[in-house]
Amino acid sequence: MALPKYTEAHYRIWHYFYLFICGCVFFFLIAPLFVIFPLSFNAEEFLVFSEGMKRLDPDAFSLRWYHDMIYGTKNPWGLAAKNSFIIALFATLGSVILGTVAALGLSSRHMPYKGIIMAALISPMIVPLIISGVAIFFFMAKVGLAATHTGIILAHIVLGTPFVVITVTATLSGFDHSVTRAAASLGSDPVNTFMKITLPLILPGVISGGLFAFVTSFDEVVVVLFLAGLDNTTIPIQMWTGLREQLSPTILAVATCLIVLSTLILVTAELLRRRSERIRGINR
Amino acid sequence: MSSETQKILTTDGIPLEESLKKAEKKNKIKAFLLVCPLLLFLIITYVFPIGDMLYRSVDDRMVTDMLPKTYKAMEQWDGKELPEEEVFEAFYLDYKKLVEEKTFGKLATQLNFEKNGFKSILKKLKRKMKKFEEGNYKEQIMGVHKRWANVEYWRALKRRAPSYTYAKYLKGIDMYENEDGNIVQVPEDRRIHKILWLRTLEVALFVTIFCFLMAYPIAHLLATLPMKYSNLLMICVLLPFWTSLLVRTASWMILLQQQGIVNDFFVWIGLVTDDNRPEMMYNKTGTYVAMTQILLPFMVLPLYSVMKTISPSLMRAGKSLGGTPFVAFWKIYFPLTIPGIGAGCLLVFILAIGYYITPALVGGASGTLISNQIAFHMKSTLDWSFASAMGLMLLTGVLAIYWVYNKLVGVDNIKLG
Repeated sequence: MALPKYTEAHYRIWHYFYLFICGCVFFFLIAPLFVIFPLSFNAEEFLVFSEGMKRLDPDAFSLRWYHDMIYGTKNPWGLAAKNSFIIALFATLGSVILGTVAALGLSSRHMPYKGIIMAALISPMIVPLIISGVAIFFFMAKVGLAATHTGIILAHIVLGTPFVVITVTATLSGFDHSVTRAAASLGSDPVNTFMKITLPLILPGVISGGLFAFVTSFDEVVVVLFLAGLDNTTIPIQMWTGLREQLSPTILAVATCLIVLSTLILVTAELLRRRSERIRGINR
Repeated sequence: MSSETQKILTTDGIPLEESLKKAEKKNKIKAFLLVCPLLLFLIITYVFPIGDMLYRSVDDRMVTDMLPKTYKAMEQWDGKELPEEEVFEAFYLDYKKLVEEKTFGKLATQLNFEKNGFKSILKKLKRKMKKFEEGNYKEQIMGVHKRWANVEYWRALKRRAPSYTYAKYLKGIDMYENEDGNIVQVPEDRRIHKILWLRTLEVALFVTIFCFLMAYPIAHLLATLPMKYSNLLMICVLLPFWTSLLVRTASWMILLQQQGIVNDFFVWIGLVTDDNRPEMMYNKTGTYVAMTQILLPFMVLPLYSVMKTISPSLMRAGKSLGGTPFVAFWKIYFPLTIPGIGAGCLLVFILAIGYYITPALVGGASGTLISNQIAFHMKSTLDWSFASAMGLMLLTGVLAIYWVYNKLVGVDNIKLG
């Protein structure tokens, strides 16, 4: 953003001050994530930069915490990772199916009470997690699903569907309904039309909703804290326990892995969003 | 002129109007059926449990069911003097049954909520009861401990007689129903919940303000920069948004600790001395800093999407008509961004008011919020009906703001990345 030549001095100063403020805010947003990175390679077990690290001494860095994360004794991360992936995968599947079907209904212009129903379907995203956690815990305890994978998966479907509903209805808002009518006039039944015409067109929205649902489930700790037993421990639960008891560098190794994972997901989501806009012919 | 001749008929001979209505209705049902599975799923696994929570928060049959004879005998009692022998006898019989069924512990916990000191005298009674002789239970029970001869304890017992109660809600706002049936505040030194409610509001409000002040300039920059730069900078907003909440909280725990980098920096620039490093974690400061950074993307994204639609020529027009850049900004640009400000602020406020994880980890004692109190009663004191009552009070507040949000912004306008 170059300033025109004729800009007066005090506006010029103001402009650079504004850029400086923006720089500070971006730094505030992103810098905390990068602190974890180097500290996870610390050779010592303190969570501060050692003198050696400041001098970039190679001996001050090591992979011992990553080693500990994978091979450590009585190490909970393997089971936690397995559980987290299983739960997140099934929760995503459930959220995507329920959410996409509901979004199809919601974006029909014949839908009655659209506003209220939409508000109700989004509410699990808005209601504080602690309240959802308490309510779902009572329910799961009553039906005997507390401390089971099924119970946690069902809870995560509840929390994940709002994201799918939002992204898919957003994708469908630019959807040209004449293509489905064309398919119907050519003799295709609704299911076939959906699979062959609608789904491929809204797929980027569906996948990005799925990514949101996956991250929501993979990252969720409040509800799981109430629901999980010893066998259902997840990565967030282990991190929570670790952060409350003793902040060990192994947690930072796990955190680094999680940051890498979220970077991958972010890149995928961004690419999908652009593809979706291209498919729907939105030029920005 | 008869109206029948004017009706347009379809080929089947049905009036067009009716046929259209029929088709419309069919479409409506079709659309509704698509939403049905999710709606039913949410009603069963979400709406019903929250309703159950409401029931739990007012349900008080546990004590009533455990002491049926006692409450029957108590019906006649006016609560002024110590009850008659028959109440003592009924209580003895009820309690004996509970001891035999080994469920007396629950009663002790419940009654201790009502009046402190109940637990110990119930335990003592249980031990002494084995040697009780038949008849004259009043004398015998009163002989176990002097508190059994205190009419206050019997009044406390009677207060638990109704099957439904709003006592938990009163407790949530530091009030209670005293012996005379008046609703009064608890003594000043025990008004902990009021402090928590106010602190939650205060933290949510300030976090919203901080987020707004920080998000506005960067959203403006993102919206005005050329695409190739803004896409790159957008990653700075989106990466924290996609990163695990616990990871972000962990990084703040490292940064803010006493030997942490922020304190190192303060020492280095000479703001504080090395042996006088300020405590920035486990208090309100930690909660503010971490929550602001974590919720910032939720403010940037709605602001950005509104600012993106404002044409730059409007500002140029303002300036060409003689406005200084500041006047042009204040009179033209800022009013146009108000919808985005509303959306962002309400969203951040809603999310902040129910935050649990971050305050629990970096908040310490002075930085915890109402959610932490709910979790505390769920996990530690096991007073689930009180946790439910507090949860529902919080829920009411959140839903009220959500309603405003829906009116002003519309839920279908929520932007996710």
